[in-house]
Amino acid sequence: MKALTSRLVQAVVVAVLIGTATFVMMRSLPGDAAWRIAAGRYGYDNVDAAAAEAVRSELGLDGPALPALLQWLGDLLTLDFGTSLVSGQPVMHEIAHQLGASAALAGIALLLSVLIGPPLGILAGLRPGGVLDRCLLVVSTGLKAVPQFLLALILIVLLAVQLRLLPAAGHGEARHFILPSLTLALGLAAVNARIARDAMARIADMPFWRFAEWKGLSRREVLMRHGLRNVSVPLLTYLGLQFVTLVEGVVVIEAIFGWPGIGHALVHAIFSRDVPMVQGTALVLGLGFVLVNTCIDLIVRRIDPRGETEARA
Amino acid sequence: MKHLPLTAALLGAAPFAPLPALAQDDTLNVAAQYEIKGPEASTSGFVFTRMGLTETLVNADPDGRLTPGLATDWSSSEDGLNWTFTLREDVTFHDGTAMDAAAVVNALEIARAKPGPLNGLPITGITAAEGAVEITLSEPMAALPAYLAEFRAQILAPASYAEDGSGVAIIGTGPYMVTSMDAPLSLDATAFDAYWGTAAHIPNVAYSGVSRVETRALMAESGDADFVFGLDPASVARLGMVDGVEVLSTAIPRTLLIKVNAGHPFLSDPRARRALSQAIDREGIAKAVLRYPEGADQLFPPSLAGWHDDAAAPLTYDVDAARATLADLGWTPGPDGILTRDGERFALTLTTYPDRPELPLVASVLEQQFRVLGVDVTINSTNSSAIPAGHQDGSLDLALIARNFSLIPDPIGTVRSDYVGNGDWGAMNWNNEAFATLVAHIARDGGAPADKAKAAAILQDELPVIPIAWYRQTLAVSNAVEGAIIDPFERSFGLQDLRWAE
Repeated sequence: MKALTSRLVQAVVVAVLIGTATFVMMRSLPGDAAWRIAAGRYGYDNVDAAAAEAVRSELGLDGPALPALLQWLGDLLTLDFGTSLVSGQPVMHEIAHQLGASAALAGIALLLSVLIGPPLGILAGLRPGGVLDRCLLVVSTGLKAVPQFLLALILIVLLAVQLRLLPAAGHGEARHFILPSLTLALGLAAVNARIARDAMARIADMPFWRFAEWKGLSRREVLMRHGLRNVSVPLLTYLGLQFVTLVEGVVVIEAIFGWPGIGHALVHAIFSRDVPMVQGTALVLGLGFVLVNTCIDLIVRRIDPRGETEARA
Repeated sequence: MKHLPLTAALLGAAPFAPLPALAQDDTLNVAAQYEIKGPEASTSGFVFTRMGLTETLVNADPDGRLTPGLATDWSSSEDGLNWTFTLREDVTFHDGTAMDAAAVVNALEIARAKPGPLNGLPITGITAAEGAVEITLSEPMAALPAYLAEFRAQILAPASYAEDGSGVAIIGTGPYMVTSMDAPLSLDATAFDAYWGTAAHIPNVAYSGVSRVETRALMAESGDADFVFGLDPASVARLGMVDGVEVLSTAIPRTLLIKVNAGHPFLSDPRARRALSQAIDREGIAKAVLRYPEGADQLFPPSLAGWHDDAAAPLTYDVDAARATLADLGWTPGPDGILTRDGERFALTLTTYPDRPELPLVASVLEQQFRVLGVDVTINSTNSSAIPAGHQDGSLDLALIARNFSLIPDPIGTVRSDYVGNGDWGAMNWNNEAFATLVAHIARDGGAPADKAKAAAILQDELPVIPIAWYRQTLAVSNAVEGAIIDPFERSFGLQDLRWAE
């Protein structure tokens, strides 16, 4: 309960800090916002002084900064994120739409990475220095070293263009998920396989492990009873941290695969100075980070209750 | 081997289930770079007209001649101040309401109140008449029908707009009607049964906005999209070797050019601008960067009949002559090879924008070619709005831009807004009375080809902008589809004329 309250306070602090920081950063960018917004709305063929002037008078951009910020924070209390300066739609509406697409992609990527990485890591950790361990080291280092946009293009060329198994890009059907989520998942799996491998190797080297083997449990039983739970603690903590990598990856991957998500929206909003959109998306991502870490904390406490009992004692 | 069951259990979870091959369906998938900002004609109207969802009163054929659209014909009074556009009969919007004079007046009035070409016309009133719309002007304007062919003048049903005139839905008259729109990246449409013209052959079309050109090319190659618009030179070369895809290419009235601040002390003399022009190896840029057969030797491409003059003296590449001209103007090479005059280095900033991927590439080639001449150019690749903004505050030196002369099918629209007065994307601090008089005459009465050639010759001689290349538009079409053409005026994808191949 105490943990939840402190996380809630943390969420509020994050919201105010992110809102203020994005506001200050967007305001202090060089260049006239009215022009940038006009370019975002009308495109390079049609942005001119008349369009910029129309934007300026419509949005009242010349007003002082502080009241605008206070207004935004005040609106936030009523969960009003404002309206996009480019599309004129409520930011809440746009984000709900885009966040859904991104969350689905990120969720599937995370699931795939957990299915690919840790099993291989655990197998490798059971035999440190074995063939699988050495292969995994090479492959995961290689995958981590390849930039995600390159990995995405390699996968498209291989699976969509050469083998024609999957669509190269697009959105709307289940099969469209596979390539972008696989691209993200391989990057994540490259690291969580290493984390799992190191945790497994450490645990397999402990006295309790040797005792379990000595008392006659099969290798499988030792792993199930004494291994997985121990490995999952560092792994889960690390997955929480990987959320950042995931957000970063989503921005790149969405651009390549034409995915209408929040990363794509954020990049466009920054280009066209759509301050409410930038504030809204950054806020949602920040709060998402707090939420994910809260969940991870709670799960880890359940898996490994030692810290809590010690604290109570 | 006793670990085998465990290994299998752990690995079996990996997602390598076989997947069905791509299904062939009855939907034509279109991919292009344009994003849909929302159901708003003033910002995304060009997507709706291209997809055949909405139409304009006037159309243009591939040669730029105006043809009937929702208006069957038009005429002006003797003094050129009163125009009557007769509306096509029995046309209904996608919501079943009639396309009548009141609806057209409503759409045009809303379009005119927003930024755009109609906004700058001397229109004093738009009124509904019996089966027609009347437009009154405060001064004659022969090109008015061409302005009504522009995408922002598209005719939408009254239910498409909110009370304040902002768009809420796309209810047009086109051969296709919207079934779902997911801004910014996708839109689905189906053939409109009650279309007034020839019905579309392909029942369903889907649009995807894919901003990365590499992805679009891969979608064409993998067969995910049947109709892929806007390819880069490298993809064109590769797709040309792929079976199952045909690449089409057409010259379009868009020119790659350098916008010059003619008020800049280094550039105010036309001789200095000519020297810069002579230092550009246009053929090299065209062949190596754009992979076009040739560069531009004058501003207007051959497709703009009248404005393009075959007899004009071509712009040439001659670095020695350029050096001699600059020497005559008092420039001498400094110790670093850069020209100096009265203690000032010949250093300029070239502003461009990455929205069109070829622009920064060409800018870096120009930087090298100008350096050979002794001119130090710094590239600033930034937001496209920096160019009109720099024009307005006078801070711009040079800008590398791609300018479309047929946003309005009659080039007079762009010529008038860009080269007379203070056009944001055209001449900067350059005014030529003879040119302005000619253009005013052409805008008023249409003008003879000789007038247009004379106006073009002034631009060729004075070089308020330095042309580099004429663009080509590219399209990759699946062999499953027949009947694709590229509209050089980029008004329509021509989807209603496509058929599935037998």
